[in-house]
Amino acid sequence: MSAANYRPYSVLPGFHLAMGFTLLYVSLLVLMPLSAAFIKTFTLTWDAFWATVTAPRVVASYKLSFGASLIAAIINAVFGMLVAWVLVRYTFPGKRIIDALVDLPFALPTAVAGIALTAIYAKNNWLGGALAEFGIKVAFTPLGVLVALTFIGLPFVVRTVQPVLEDMEKELEEAAKSLGASNWQTFTKVIFPTMLPAVVTGFALAFARALGEYGSVIFIAGNMPMVSEITPLIIITKLEQYDYAGATAIAVVMLVTSFVLLLIINYLQWWARRRRGQELA
Amino acid sequence: MSAILNTPDIALVGRGKPTIAKRLRDLPWVPLLLGTIAFLYLTVFLFLPLVTVFAEALKKGVSFYLTAIQEPDALSAIKLTFIVAAIAVPLNLVFGVAAAWAIAKFDFKGKSLLITLIDLPFSVSPVISGLIYVLVFGLQGWLGPWLSEHNIKIIFAVPGLVLATIFVTFPFVARELIPLMQAQGKEEEEAAVMLGANGWQTIWRVTLPNVKWGLLYGVILCNARAMGEFGAVSVVSGHVRGLTNTLPLHVEILYNEYAFAAAFACASLLTLLALVTLVIKTIVEHRLRQET
Repeated sequence: MSAANYRPYSVLPGFHLAMGFTLLYVSLLVLMPLSAAFIKTFTLTWDAFWATVTAPRVVASYKLSFGASLIAAIINAVFGMLVAWVLVRYTFPGKRIIDALVDLPFALPTAVAGIALTAIYAKNNWLGGALAEFGIKVAFTPLGVLVALTFIGLPFVVRTVQPVLEDMEKELEEAAKSLGASNWQTFTKVIFPTMLPAVVTGFALAFARALGEYGSVIFIAGNMPMVSEITPLIIITKLEQYDYAGATAIAVVMLVTSFVLLLIINYLQWWARRRRGQELA
Repeated sequence: MSAILNTPDIALVGRGKPTIAKRLRDLPWVPLLLGTIAFLYLTVFLFLPLVTVFAEALKKGVSFYLTAIQEPDALSAIKLTFIVAAIAVPLNLVFGVAAAWAIAKFDFKGKSLLITLIDLPFSVSPVISGLIYVLVFGLQGWLGPWLSEHNIKIIFAVPGLVLATIFVTFPFVARELIPLMQAQGKEEEEAAVMLGANGWQTIWRVTLPNVKWGLLYGVILCNARAMGEFGAVSVVSGHVRGLTNTLPLHVEILYNEYAFAAAFACASLLTLLALVTLVIKTIVEHRLRQET
């Protein structure tokens, strides 16, 4: 780490102590264990690594994890915009309670969410039963995975879009309307472009969160290999079989994916801030 | 279409008696429609799971519920959950303050890299958060042979649970404090130092009172995650009943044993914790807004 190389004079004390402690903590708790994952992978030959991460069962899990996370993030992007709009623009009884409850998926332990969703969509419950009448099976199918991932990602888009809508000047819309734009035109030409960076950021955050999610999914998924088995579960299964190298190889694939997503999210947030900064200026 | 929608503004100027056609037109049908859709979405994905937890927990009656949460294994799981949080949260609090002090009050190269590193655990799958500690401290891990020689158990024991919990919760306090302390600048601290305060006095009397609500906010979220974490602790716990089971893991075991009502009874405790967290969070957010 070359973090502490250069620093202009400051009268405040404690830089070396605070910085030293921070670097020590981050190195011991994050860098060392994370590098352990990458180093462990090097005990495999390239061919063995490639065979592990491209085994049919593993590839099926990538498809499920990516596909379900993507659809869940799209659902949350669309409805998150709507919920943010309703919470910012309308007044109705119980608004503050609903606003606070939007963060429930952040605060509720994932295992609790998992068993609650499974109970709702199981065949012996009224909703699960009613859906089964129509031939829609949710619990123990890939659809269940989608439901769990949608729950987990629900707050992200709402929380990224809300402040943008709060900052947005109503004059802008009024100007559009008085110039003859219809409601729909005002939305597509004025409101939506302003929201877009925040929506995309929230979408990416929800997607990244859904990719790694474990607790809420495993109860409702049924965990059938090739059908409803998510990638994090494969890592657990390999660990339970003491196949540490195999588990780590798949973990490294997921880690690299997360890092790339993190870079994209950082860029999106920068873009969103710049757009907002320009509009406020 | 657009012309019709735009007439109300002009009609208001006229102040004539509203006609039936105008009343129909003025019905807030767009807000009603949008509000209904939003409410349905939140009902299916938010309210229904919340209500289900309590409904399932109380399905077999209040006395069953009370017995289920007082069962010895449940009690030891609750105790362990508190112990793990009581170690992980204060450590991350100290780290958060130190990291925020260094990042917000000083300039140095590689600052944004450090901030990214601090954010990293949020983007790592909980399962991997547990796995990396198994790779370091597990029997086949780097330190495994040395640890077993000295009879120290980390993985499948309480220290492993604490480590995994620290990892998944450590960004919370730091990432709350860094932007707050950056926005507040360092003039007040500099004034304190000029007037003769030492470093600890400056932090204790100037910085911390300034950021107390942000600090509380971070601690609340950190604690909720620490007590509710499932994936990461599941990897390092080894699931020894009464010994290395935190409350979320106990919920899983009960559920997999088809003891649904008992599982939901324990889950309802975690749900209450989540609701309390949301209430405190809302109050703190309100305070934060007032102060800025």
